[in-house]
Formats: sequence, structure tokens, C-alpha cells
Amino acid sequence: MSDDTSPGCATTAAAGSGGSSGKVRAPVSSSGDGGSFTAHPDQVLENVIENVLVFLTSRRDRSTVSLVCKSWYRAEAYTRSDLFIGNCYAIAPNRVTNRFKRIRSVSLKGKPRFADFSLLPADWGAYFTRWVHAMSLAYRALEKIYLKRMSVTDDDLSVIARSFPCFKELVLVCCEGFGTSGLAVVVSECRNLRVLELIEDEVSDDETDWISCFPEGTTNLESLCFDCVEAEVNFDALEKLVARSPMLKKLKLNMFVSIGELYRLVVRAPQLTHLGTGAFNPLVEIGQQQGDNQELDYTSLFAACKSIVCLSGFREIAPEYFPTIVPLCGNLTSLNLSYANVNAEQFKPVIRHCHKLQVFWAMDSICDEGLQAVADTCKDLRELRVFPVDPHEYDEGPVSEVGLLAISLGCRKLQSILYFCQQMTNAAVIAMSKNCPDLVVFRLCIIGRYRPDRVTGEPMDEGFGAIVKNCKKLTRLAVSGLLTDKAFSYIGQYGKLVRTLSVAFAGDSDAGLKSVLEGCTNLQKLEIRDSPFGDSGLQPGLHQFYNMRFVWMSSCRVTRQWCLEVARRLPKLVVEVFSRDEEEGERGDFVETLYMYRSLDGPRPDAPQFVEIL
Amino acid sequence: MDQKRSTLSLFEDNDLATELRLGLPGTDDQPEIKSSLSSNKRSSSEMGSNICIDENESRLVPPAKEQIVGWPPVRSYRKNIFLLKRTESETGSGMYVKVSMDGAPYLRKLDLKMYTSYEELMKALQEMFKCIIGLYFEREGDNGSQHALSYEDKEGDWMLVGDVPWDIFMSSCKRLRIMKSCEVKGLGDSL
Repeated sequence: MSDDTSPGCATTAAAGSGGSSGKVRAPVSSSGDGGSFTAHPDQVLENVIENVLVFLTSRRDRSTVSLVCKSWYRAEAYTRSDLFIGNCYAIAPNRVTNRFKRIRSVSLKGKPRFADFSLLPADWGAYFTRWVHAMSLAYRALEKIYLKRMSVTDDDLSVIARSFPCFKELVLVCCEGFGTSGLAVVVSECRNLRVLELIEDEVSDDETDWISCFPEGTTNLESLCFDCVEAEVNFDALEKLVARSPMLKKLKLNMFVSIGELYRLVVRAPQLTHLGTGAFNPLVEIGQQQGDNQELDYTSLFAACKSIVCLSGFREIAPEYFPTIVPLCGNLTSLNLSYANVNAEQFKPVIRHCHKLQVFWAMDSICDEGLQAVADTCKDLRELRVFPVDPHEYDEGPVSEVGLLAISLGCRKLQSILYFCQQMTNAAVIAMSKNCPDLVVFRLCIIGRYRPDRVTGEPMDEGFGAIVKNCKKLTRLAVSGLLTDKAFSYIGQYGKLVRTLSVAFAGDSDAGLKSVLEGCTNLQKLEIRDSPFGDSGLQPGLHQFYNMRFVWMSSCRVTRQWCLEVARRLPKLVVEVFSRDEEEGERGDFVETLYMYRSLDGPRPDAPQFVEIL
Repeated sequence: MDQKRSTLSLFEDNDLATELRLGLPGTDDQPEIKSSLSSNKRSSSEMGSNICIDENESRLVPPAKEQIVGWPPVRSYRKNIFLLKRTESETGSGMYVKVSMDGAPYLRKLDLKMYTSYEELMKALQEMFKCIIGLYFEREGDNGSQHALSYEDKEGDWMLVGDVPWDIFMSSCKRLRIMKSCEVKGLGDSL
């Protein structure tokens, strides 16, 4: 290694996760490997290690292995095929390509999560370009790319298409910057493409007929997901594509595919296991008639789909068609109705068949009553997400503590919950903490800010306190409602496994943040907005920041002086400070947004004008 | 607090135990405003125009339906669902038009049938594209907005939106374009 940083640090960053327990490693001593390269036993040992390491897939284990000694470090680098980088700015591409030579699969994450909610100005960064160029030279055998919250251009997609002859899988989640013309290049030139999944991306409609660009003949397609692409697709081309893709298991259509078109596709693909239904609506364009009035038998169609276990879509659902999916329900393990504005009456007759459901996403239009129906039927439920139809603050909403309590009583195996509501009580949250001890992810969003317990008028401290106390496996927590510093002292005291914490409009003083930073020893990702936390709250984190993926604080009380100081004291921490344009002069001493993260390669070269790196 | 009172009055007949109060359980007096709610502990961003602070109340009660950036934390396309959602009376037919905005890379599609007036359409578009669109038929002169809305009619001409009654607009509109106000000159005869 030509740099002066220890392999341990490189491992921690390159592995992307917290590394092995997240502690900063002291440099590995150079005498670790016995010193000699010519000794025969060492060569044998290295070969043996390589053959063993091929079977090691967990990146944390690999991190640990690479720290044993130089020989093992080399062997591990030689045998690693899956690369995961949790923060694309934590390390420079060439450092990665220098260390790992035989990568087949790359996962890269870019922007912080609050970018999803317009809290990050456009053009902030997370550009894939410099990565794809480095990889195009170093990893000719690359097969798979997974990107989350990255900025990807059509050019980048062209580079992928041209550079990797064995390329098989492209998965883009929450990305932006590309369009249908970029997709056209990928699908036409990647002859071995098996998986193309576009999930919650912003894809510009360049009016390119990308579906027609798949090559002729039988394809290897196993998964095609384009439900987020807000552009019409050439349906005839799509139908022919599905017909010549015998391996296709996952197909997720966008909102422009009508229910009649869905019928024609499903008929051609009886082997599907994952189906995104598109609009689930007859959809009539201007100028067209309602159709030949041939009413297709969707119920029979779905009854023939024995393999479908995952159902989603319903982007423009015409509720009268909803019951046609009932024949599928008995096999479903995953149902995503989070775009379907169906009410309880429409919902209940369908959900009561879904005995095997493990993952369920919905809109709050199903009301507490609908959630009760879920609780009655879905005894195996592991993950629940309830999204608001109308995302504004009201005094009342369609779901509340009643629904939460019902779920906690009926779905004892629950592991992950995201729940939006207008009102909540401590009692319901405490009940969930006791009834669902397997909870790993607990995200409660009381949309009404600073809302106390609806019944007692008290802060929601006790509820969240019970969650961290009773749910011993909890690693991810998002809090809301009226919260005092007490809630945070509970989190610090009991949330020992918490890795991700999201806070908004909560807390009283720096004492709250202090408790968290002092107590949550496994904290990796901290995102806080609009809370009265500042310099002295952050101060205890100084020993922790190198172990964390990032810290985000916006509209809090962090001063510029503190940021300068921490940048000075922790040279491997990149401290970014910026505003949301209009907010420029209003904040006085306080920074609008602080985003800081560790990096082996110093400040990024592509920061825009409005970002100041201290 | 006034908002809360009007809601509470609905519960006048209810048991006192379920009455919404701010005090600790066991205190029967006037609900105490907790010190944690006192405004001087809030960060300065909360003093922005979004929140009304009454001097007599320490409790910050935001008016309903106000827009805080990024709150609640749902992705923007989910917020758009609300605007595009179907009412139960819809039988499934829609009138989709493409909407483009100068300078934005994304085209969207809107179902014109979802709206019954220009106001509703404007609201939806402004939410979707995060811009302010001036309505020229109101003849307010230059109201300082950055964008204007034009549409392509059946004959392929581009007209400013707002000059004809809504029904006629609905039946003749094929496509929408949000353009910069400075480019409006020379568009359509009705100016």
C-alpha cells in the first residue's frame, strides 16, 4: 500500500458498513506475516487461505480477515468479488480499484436519506461518473451494479453498456439524472442482461422507445422493473419482449400500462413470481372510446397464476377490479398497496385471504378498520408500512393508535414498521414494544408536529422509551411527536444496538443529543432536523464520528465555529456546511445544514459552489 | 390553541378522562403549559413564517395544511399521488395530457378529469413542479410569477391557459407546457 493510512481504516471505509464493530484500527504491524515472502509454507498458506476465503461472503467477516496479517489481507483482496461502499465519498475510486482486482459486483450509495425530502439542494453531488470510469478500466468482468441515491447520467449508462461484456444486473434505487435514452443504450448493448430494476428513480422521458431496443430473439431477462418510469412504453414491443423471455420471474409495470394490457402480458408469463400490476385501471386516452366492452376475466387469469408471491403496482387503481386478485392472495408473501387509495370496505374482502403475508405496504385509506383486518389475518406479518394519502397536518387522520394497537396484538412476529398517523398514544406504543419483541425497525411518524399523547396529553417519551427498552433487537429508530430530553436519555440508555436514528422537531436541549451520542455505542447514521440541539450536544460525539457513516443536522443550533473546530480536530472527517438557498441570511451563527462523514481521501473534488467543506 | 378549543368543544359531552389536556395526569387545574414548549428554546428556524406564535400561548400550533419543506417525510412522488388520486365516483376513464416544464428534464402526465377548475389544475401543477404559475386571465398584470402555462390545442396551436371556459379547455387541450414568463410574448391571439 502506497498510502500512509492503515489497512484497517481502508477496510472500514471500503467495506462501507461500520466495519467490524466500527472501531478505528491501529496500523497493522508490518511483522504480522512472518516477514518472509519466499518461505514455502507461507505460499501454501496463502493459497489455502484464498481457497477458503472464496466461501466467505459477509463483508464484516472479510474485513476482519483482512486485518489478521498482510498475507491474509492480500488473499482477501484477491478473493473479494462483492464490493459494498456505503458512502461514495468515503473513499476514492482508484484506492478501491488498487486494492481489489477481481470485483464482480458493486454496490454504491450516495446522497444522505434526507435528500428524498427535498432537504438537499439539487446538484449536491453523488455522481456515478468517476466511479464508472474507474471501474470500466479495472473491472472488465463486472456483472452487477447496485446504486442507491446516486446521480447517474445517460453517458454513465453508455459506459456501463460498452465496458462490461459480462454485465448482467443493473439495479438503480432513488437515482436521478438519466432518461429513457440511457436505458435504451443499456438494454440494446448488454446482451447478457438478466436484471434491470428501476426503483423509485426519477427517469426523464426523452421519448425514446427503449423497450423496443432489447435485441431480437430469446432474452435472459429474469427481472424487469420499471414501475417508476413516468413515460409511455411501446406496448406491442413489451408484449413481444415478455413472450420471448422465458426466464422472466419479476415484472413490474408502470402506470401507463392498463389493466387490459396487463392481462395480455400475464397470459404470456405464467411463470412470474413478482408482479407489479401497472395502473390496474382500464385507462382511456383522449379520443379513444371506452373499449370494445370485452370484459376480460381477470379473476380466472389470476387464479391461473400459481407462482405469484409478490404483488404491487395498483398505480391508478379502479377499485371495482380489486377483488379479482383474490385467487392470488393465498400465495402472497408480499403485497404493496401503497399507491392504491382503497377504503376499508374495498380492502377487507381481499386481505382476509392473505394468510401468508409477510410484507405489507398500504395507504392509510384502509383506516384503523383495515389494519384490524390485517391483524386478524396476517399472523406471519414481518414488515408493515402505512403511508398517508394526504400528507398534511390535521387534527385527525384515518389511522391512529387504534390501528397500531390492533397490529401489535395480531402480528406478533412483526420486525419492521413504518407508520404515518396524525395522533398516537404512549399506551399503544408501549403495547407494541411488549407484543412485538422481534422489532428491528421502528419508525413512527406522527405528522402533526409536537403532538403529545392524544389521551393523556403527555409527551411521547414513555412510548419510545418502552420501544428501546423492550425491543432488544432494535437497530433502526425514527421518532416523532412531542418529545423531551427524557426520550433521548432512554434512547441513550437502552438503544445499544441502534445504528440508525432519525429525529425531527423533537427534544428540549443539548442534553438530549448528549445522551444519544454517549449512550448509543453502535450508532452509524444520525439524521436530525429542526431540533434544539447544538454544539455541546454534539461534543460527546467526537470519539464516535470516525465510526459512523454520517451525521446530518439541519435547522438545528450548530455553530459554524464548532464545525470549524471539529474539522480541525478530526482531519479524516469531511465537514460539509450548506444552506437551502433562500435560508442564507436568516440563521446568524448557526449553520443551516451540517453533513459530516469520514473519508480516507479527504474532501471531494466535485463539491458545488454552495457547499462549504471546512 | 383556538384550533384545539374548537375541536374540544365537540367532545363536551364526553368523559373528563378523555379530554385532551396538556397537564400531567392528576392535575385538575387549568392545563399547564409545559416549560418545554416555551418558544425561546426552539431553534431560530422555527421562528420562520410557517409557524404562528401567539404571545399568550407558548404552544406552537401550526395551521393545518401549511407546507414545511420535507415534512412529513414522504417522497415527492407520493405527495403527487394525493393530487392525482381518484375519487370513488370515477369509473376509470381518464384524460391524460403530457406536461413539460422548460428547463426540467421530466415530463409528467396529468389526468385532466381530476380537476374541475383552473385553480385546481394550477395547484396540482405547482405542487408537482415546485414552481409558481401566473394565471393570465386574471389580468393582474405582472404578478411576479416566474412561469406561465400554455397548452397545445386540437389544431396544434399553442395557447395560453385560462382564456376559455374550463370545459372547452378540457376538450381541446392535448398537451401542457410550463414556460418561463419572459417567453410568453407573441403566444396566442387572446393576449
